[in-house]
Amino acid sequence: MKATVRLQREPFDAAAVTAELTRGRTDVGAVVTFAGICRGDERGEPIAALTLEYYPGMAEAEIERHVKEAATRWPLLGVTIVHRHGRIVPGEDIVLVVTASSHREAAFAAAEFLMDYLKTRAPFWKQVETTSGKTWVDATAADDVAAARWTARRPGREAAE
Amino acid sequence: MTTRLRYFAWVRERVGKPEEVIEAPAGVRTVGELMAWLASRGEEYAHAFENPNVIRAAIDQRHVRPDASIKEAGEIAFFPPMTGG
Repeated sequence: MKATVRLQREPFDAAAVTAELTRGRTDVGAVVTFAGICRGDERGEPIAALTLEYYPGMAEAEIERHVKEAATRWPLLGVTIVHRHGRIVPGEDIVLVVTASSHREAAFAAAEFLMDYLKTRAPFWKQVETTSGKTWVDATAADDVAAARWTARRPGREAAE
Repeated sequence: MTTRLRYFAWVRERVGKPEEVIEAPAGVRTVGELMAWLASRGEEYAHAFENPNVIRAAIDQRHVRPDASIKEAGEIAFFPPMTGG
């Protein structure tokens, strides 16, 4: 399986990244892409920007571990993950997950699995910038619940493996 | 034994530095005990570690629980729950 993980400060072209994964191949029958985009508001308040801090080294390693895990669960032909860090303004992409498979079920499920894990396990932290200053975004219980459903399907696994 | 500590997001802001090298006392054996010891090192540490239940930790760039042993740790990181994606 072709796996690409890229962490970068610069904006990216989601369509170009997706095309890279499938160019010249005839085995791929399904591609799912998820793009996470910076909204212009946080809890009803307008924001100027998000700043993402991350743990260099661990972030790459943690994402790669989950890509490998996804490949053991579903018959994937390719995965590309691009995650930005630094300052991101509303309307810009933050993250892109692209999964490729022969059929749609695996591509859909793996993209959802990878996003749920990115949210709760990849060492990134968002800070919101508004006119009144900067505040760290709190983790949401909903994200933990979303990630936990994948663990529940494999009883006996440690959440903090 | 010396260990490199790294702090991220508001834990980093409260401690006032991104990283440091420490020598924990012999009685400090787990991540949880290390947090308790750090909290006793001064006002900024007490503030950073005032609620250890919300702080996550990694040893050598892998997530660990508070009961994890720090014996073999080269690098220990402390940070808030993650909010990427």
